[in-house]
Amino acid sequence: MSDAQARIADLVKANDIVLFMKGTALFPQCGFSSRAIAILDRLGATYETVDVLQDPGIRQGIKAFSDWPTIPQLYVKGEFVGGSDIMMEMFESGELKELLETA
Amino acid sequence: MPMAASEIERMIKDAIPDADVIIRDLAGDGDHYAARVVSGSFAGMSRIKQHQAVYAALKGRMGEELHALQLETAVPQETISE
Repeated sequence: MSDAQARIADLVKANDIVLFMKGTALFPQCGFSSRAIAILDRLGATYETVDVLQDPGIRQGIKAFSDWPTIPQLYVKGEFVGGSDIMMEMFESGELKELLETA
Repeated sequence: MPMAASEIERMIKDAIPDADVIIRDLAGDGDHYAARVVSGSFAGMSRIKQHQAVYAALKGRMGEELHALQLETAVPQETISE
């Protein structure tokens, strides 16, 4: 396992709810990341974020980690949940609220 | 390099022949798209797997020249009711 993969695995394990995104929760640098933050905030979730723009290793590595080509990526309790489209679908159906309440 | 909507549709249909594909150019700039892909082959797959199948069809271009593709996937209604 490369260094980046190991660091990602640690981040996902150490945080019940973690969003890999472009920018920060306060200043998202991409519309999709911004949408992901808006959803988490709306649900009142307590979450960690990782700004992939600050770390090229993680930025590339996160795509291989879950075989998912885009950012943001949400992980809950170590499991990959999806990107912002899936988050939006799960938000609208109420599934995301349920999932976050277990974390 | 932006991708044409017709090329996105062709790549998805090449990989998922029964797919019903609707593509919308969100900003009119050939760079921000929304796609809805409906296919019987998605039956029984998680949302993540369905999206991964579409990304696989785009052969690595998603996340590179294709930055913005809002994706929605579904199984055709008749498949669900069967």
